Amino acid sequence: MQAKKRYLILFSACTCVVLLFYFGVVQLPASRRNQNRRDDRSRSGYHASPHWPHFSDPLQPFIPWDQSETEDYNVHMSPRQKRDANSGVYRGKRCRMDSCFDFSLCKKNGFKVYVYPQQKGEKISESYQNILSSIESSRFYTSDPGQACLFVLNLDTLDRDQLSPQYVHNLKSKIQNLHFWNNGRNHLIFNLYSGTWPDYTEDLGFDIGEAMLAKASISTENFRPNFDVSIPLFSKDHPRTGGDRGYLKYNNIPPFRKYVLVFKGKRYLTGIGSDTRNALYHVHNSEDVVLLTTCKHGKDWQKHKDARCDKDNAEYDKYDYKEMLHNSTFCMVPRGRRLGSFRFLEALQAACVPVMLSNGWELPFSEVIAWNTAAVIGDERLLLQIPSTVRSIHQDKILSLRQQTQFLWEAYFSSVEKIVLTTLEIIQDRVLQHASRSSLMWNSLPGGLFTLPQYSSNLGDFPFFYSSLGSRPLPKFTAVIHAVTPLVSQSQPILKLLVAVAKSQHCAQIIVLWNCDKPLPAKHRWPATGLPVIVIEGESKVMSSRFLPYDSIVTDAVLSLDEDTVLSTTEVDFAFTVWQSFPERIVGYPARSHFWDQNKERWGYTSKWTNDFSMVLSGAAFYHRYYNYLYTSYLPTSLKSMVDQLSNCEDILMNFLVSAVTRMPPIKVTQKKQYKETMMGQTSRASRWADPDHFAQRQTCMNKFASWFGSMPLVHSQMRLDPVLFKDQVSILRKKYRDIERL
Amino acid sequence: MCAAVKYGSRGPALIPRMKTKHRVYYITLFSVVLLGLIATGMFQFWPHSIESSADWTLERRSVHDAPLARLAPTSPLPERGDLSCRMHTCFDVYRCGYNPKNRIKVYIYPLQRFVDEEGVAISSTGLSREYNELLSAVSDSDFYTDDVTRACLFLPSIDVLNQNSLRIRETAQALASLPRWDRGMNHLLFNMLPGGPPDYNTALDVPRDRALLAGGGFSTWTYRQGYDVSIPVYSPLSAEVDLPERQPGPRRFFILSSQTALHREYRVELERLKEENGETILLLDKCSNLSQGHTHTHAHTHAHSPRKRCAKGQVYDYPQILQESSFCVVLRGARLGQAVLSDVLQAGCVPVIMADSYILPFSEVLDWKRASVVIPEEKLPEMYTILKNIPHRQVEEMQRQARWFWEAYFSSMKAIGLTTLQIINDRIYPYAARTYEQWNNPPAVKWSSVSNPLFLPLIPPRSPGFTAVILTYDRIESLFRVITEISKVPSLAKLLIVWNNQNKSPPEESLWPKVAVPLKVVRTKENKLSNRFFPFDEIETEAVLAIDDDIIMLTSDELQFGYEVWREFPDRLVGYPGRLHLWDHELGKWKYESEWTNEVSMVLTGAAFYHKYFNYLYTYKMPGDIKNWVDAHMNCEDIAMNFLVANITGKAPIKVTPRKKFKCPECTAIDGLSLDQTHMVERSECINKFASVFGTMPLKVVEHRADPVLYKDDFPEKLKSFPNIGSL
Repeated sequence: MQAKKRYLILFSACTCVVLLFYFGVVQLPASRRNQNRRDDRSRSGYHASPHWPHFSDPLQPFIPWDQSETEDYNVHMSPRQKRDANSGVYRGKRCRMDSCFDFSLCKKNGFKVYVYPQQKGEKISESYQNILSSIESSRFYTSDPGQACLFVLNLDTLDRDQLSPQYVHNLKSKIQNLHFWNNGRNHLIFNLYSGTWPDYTEDLGFDIGEAMLAKASISTENFRPNFDVSIPLFSKDHPRTGGDRGYLKYNNIPPFRKYVLVFKGKRYLTGIGSDTRNALYHVHNSEDVVLLTTCKHGKDWQKHKDARCDKDNAEYDKYDYKEMLHNSTFCMVPRGRRLGSFRFLEALQAACVPVMLSNGWELPFSEVIAWNTAAVIGDERLLLQIPSTVRSIHQDKILSLRQQTQFLWEAYFSSVEKIVLTTLEIIQDRVLQHASRSSLMWNSLPGGLFTLPQYSSNLGDFPFFYSSLGSRPLPKFTAVIHAVTPLVSQSQPILKLLVAVAKSQHCAQIIVLWNCDKPLPAKHRWPATGLPVIVIEGESKVMSSRFLPYDSIVTDAVLSLDEDTVLSTTEVDFAFTVWQSFPERIVGYPARSHFWDQNKERWGYTSKWTNDFSMVLSGAAFYHRYYNYLYTSYLPTSLKSMVDQLSNCEDILMNFLVSAVTRMPPIKVTQKKQYKETMMGQTSRASRWADPDHFAQRQTCMNKFASWFGSMPLVHSQMRLDPVLFKDQVSILRKKYRDIERL
Repeated sequence: MCAAVKYGSRGPALIPRMKTKHRVYYITLFSVVLLGLIATGMFQFWPHSIESSADWTLERRSVHDAPLARLAPTSPLPERGDLSCRMHTCFDVYRCGYNPKNRIKVYIYPLQRFVDEEGVAISSTGLSREYNELLSAVSDSDFYTDDVTRACLFLPSIDVLNQNSLRIRETAQALASLPRWDRGMNHLLFNMLPGGPPDYNTALDVPRDRALLAGGGFSTWTYRQGYDVSIPVYSPLSAEVDLPERQPGPRRFFILSSQTALHREYRVELERLKEENGETILLLDKCSNLSQGHTHTHAHTHAHSPRKRCAKGQVYDYPQILQESSFCVVLRGARLGQAVLSDVLQAGCVPVIMADSYILPFSEVLDWKRASVVIPEEKLPEMYTILKNIPHRQVEEMQRQARWFWEAYFSSMKAIGLTTLQIINDRIYPYAARTYEQWNNPPAVKWSSVSNPLFLPLIPPRSPGFTAVILTYDRIESLFRVITEISKVPSLAKLLIVWNNQNKSPPEESLWPKVAVPLKVVRTKENKLSNRFFPFDEIETEAVLAIDDDIIMLTSDELQFGYEVWREFPDRLVGYPGRLHLWDHELGKWKYESEWTNEVSMVLTGAAFYHKYFNYLYTYKMPGDIKNWVDAHMNCEDIAMNFLVANITGKAPIKVTPRKKFKCPECTAIDGLSLDQTHMVERSECINKFASVFGTMPLKVVEHRADPVLYKDDFPEKLKSFPNIGSL
């Protein structure tokens, strides 16, 4: 009885619960919605539903089929006329490449730049002189105006501040006298400062016509996209070539430095651009956010002095700018009178992530550089939020921002030459449109100046992007043997070498580069190997031709060989597997080193056995075929012809080039010891290596190369890569590369 | 639901204390409640039921119910668009505020039917299907807010997608009548077909003051960089036709032109190209009556269908035919933006875009170099040569990329709308913007590519030295020997002893060996293996040497050399004993190998140098439950570290110096074979477990190790930097 009751009660209770649940959860919202609808209808008929309603009636498409392809289009102006009309309309401030640039000048000779010859008595500032000589020593330079695609003035237009001592007068008439001016068409004008107190306009004070501007501190309003180039403001002490490296030496974890955010600079009490700096004190906390300003500038600053000046000036003197720069995570870059300031490059070099506070500044090289990855773009209007914004940035992000500042600094900003070349490359990319760089090439290592799109527009053809594309280089190589002696006997080293290399499972083909004065040997003289052997007769028979980017090289990897190199198949196989792990470096056998000779104050070269090395000889080395292209197209004729005349140093130059690109040492792999002796003692090349001049030449080469690169790109390494079981006390049968140990 | 089941099953455990009678009640009670819960749960979360319930309850509204808004002829007109507008001049950033999610909030005006005084609508189509789709997508997204006061961006419900269907003046008046218009500040208009005959402006002609424009045919003269957003012209075929993705590769045709209203001038040039280069070029046109006559049976039924194209009497299905070509021409028409671009991308055909001064869709974030070929109109005659010079590998990459662009950013009005909002979002919160890789890498590339967090090629200076971190429990004697040995290494900067024994205090200070560098002892709360990888503040150097308290056999030269190698490879693990993973074909799983192999894919962290960053990564970013697994099994922390580093850098570790007899777990176990075997089995299990958590096998196999340059060379030992290497 009791049990039954309990059953009943329990059961009814449960049903109640379930029912309640059902009504409560499912029905309530529905009824609420119904109620909503009723309310809507009754009030305004139609209002404030929290979401966009679902309409039941069939809606029309926005475009009746084929409407965009209107027929009457055909009746109207032809596309050609339309293009011509555009170039008539869009002039001056609305200039674009399509309307103000004559592409036809670039058609025949490619992208060549002409610099007007300098005239006597014309005053040219050091900075502008640096710009001009950078162009003149670049591969774009032509002295023939008839070949030129772009013209650069011999008149110093850098400083257009009338109050400045550098200001050049009468530019207007001087420019009209330029021989090829043609209203500025295809001309490039460099400018760092424009306008003057009090309004600092961006006008240059003369009619630039249809010329392009490469200008610092340019504002987005005046910037003509894809026509002008925004360049950074650099000081007159900025080095012409080379330039200092970034200050970042190591990546500390956690990446925070003593200060979070710093700034030290002048503040302008009145006039244009003064607001931002005058407001900085609001966020200054003298602990980790240290923003210091001084009122002291100009002669009569006391006149405008405000209540804060004395206090600010006192604080200002307490801190050392250098110390702050090196010990801060973020650096504020507020606008000054003009939009850009020196603080920008200083922060970039110091790996202090710039926090931009300069509304409307078209950032340097913004056409190609994604500044988001290296700087924090702040908004002057949100100054008070800046501290919390930078504090909220995750440490992983700080780490990557910081490294990116260093990459960008070294790739595009560290010298006047880099700034100028970047400017020219950007314009060239526009001219060659379909053969231009993708954003990835500009914004990842080693940067746009070393990534030439004329080689290939395919990212996968370069040695730098394998990891970001998730791909790998082709698992095959092409051997290029440089032959200089005639083929007389079947026991010549070149034939042995050919056979040994061909036996490698990774070898795809062998190219014999016939740089010998004797005629080509008959086809049957080459041993049959089962692999394609291509014989190329060098046209000029010079040393540099061994690094020509031959079309017949179809693999990513190239094995460069001297004809007298002695290598076993095992050694080749091992080195190639190593190269696959380091496709952007040179992987070679015999190594050499450089050192700084204190007494002679120049670079020294040594072939002695040392505990470290910085070069591997290209008489036997693997490298990516892109470096062939880079060697041929990137290096100036002066260096290449030096190599050709001496018939020497080509390997040094290659090592310089690759290390300049990667900033890393080459890789040395193990070799049988007899290699060295053979190399020195063999018949054909004996003369070359035994020659006492040979060594002196190489030293001279090094110093010449170092001066062109602007610094010494070579890097030392203390290690050699051996097979995992090399000389281990284990049965030789277990070892894959056992031949390397056998003498 | 899972939780409910769990509690339900826990019930009986309490019951034995009760009477049997009561048990019955309780079981019934529990089961009923359980059933009820399951039923409600199903009802709530079953995807089908949600749809159907939405169908029942959401009223079907009609656009005709929208309130009427009558515009007086004198109602104000906005100014024309201001070409100098930029985010910092025409956009009110205060409305967006600082918000921790870094997400802008978007408000959509409720629909109104605007009419002029005579009651004539301002637009011939009214709200179009596409704009409706876009607004619903925004409304369903997390950009949406229904609170007008919190909004940062305003979307008018006035449809201006197609200028041709608009009465310009009245539309402008309607815009100006919006309650929050305020000179168009923070208002976003979507327009795909701007301009009209005869001169077809490249931006919407409706005066719109400071409003942002997401436009589908901008030229470089009308596009306000960093303010406007260039969007694609949506192709209705995207929704109608299902084109499965085709494997990239060579196609039947090389170049295909499918546009029907090409200007005569272009068509002549294309014909000439075809004459010169033959059958690999296919030029399609509308199917006229003339071509009908030549073709067979069913052609005429589709003659005027947009889904058919004809060439020389042959009828082709459009857009399917696009999949048969490597390159597809997209020429400008009267307008710069062409809907055909969307079809071409969908077909995975590489677009050859010839429209001078055209701002490509979403060009602010998309890298079109990787998905298209842009050729100046003037160079049309050279098109064939230019395209022939593109390597095959790249064409395939571009085909894949084109398809991915379509899927992610072109395929629906939702994709177009949300991409536009994301771009604006990125401008307002630039420090939280999506990266180039996020925008441009297709999923397959995202999956296989790596972005190394230590990407800068730096060889750190020798001087800061390294911190040796020794994990110890109670082997004091051995620990002291290790300390004494390591302290001889020139570059040692600090010793950090991680005392993992909670039951015993470390020895008194006076008992520790006297060393020249600072020695710190940290005591841990729990005896966990992971403690050795904790990013202790005491580690002030970049380089960390993790070393077991029984590794006494490494010489000072070997350790110093290891540090030098690490300096050359600061983003890798540099260690002494190497190990390998192998695929066991019989068992179909991974196997751990510690034999004398010719290959290495891991180094043991019983003695290894690495960057402190990886400590941070191990402790805070280890995927899945790997960390707990390691602590629970008291094993495999080194394998986990190898996985982690290889996965994020895509690089193999570096083994230094020749093999030695190591006193490592598996080596000590060699005496007892069975112990060794279980150890191996456990390590193999770890590899399989980690590979499944990572979803891939990140380890890289190499065949080299690093030795000093003069190792084993015939050279006076005293002149070598690291003579004492490899001695046993």
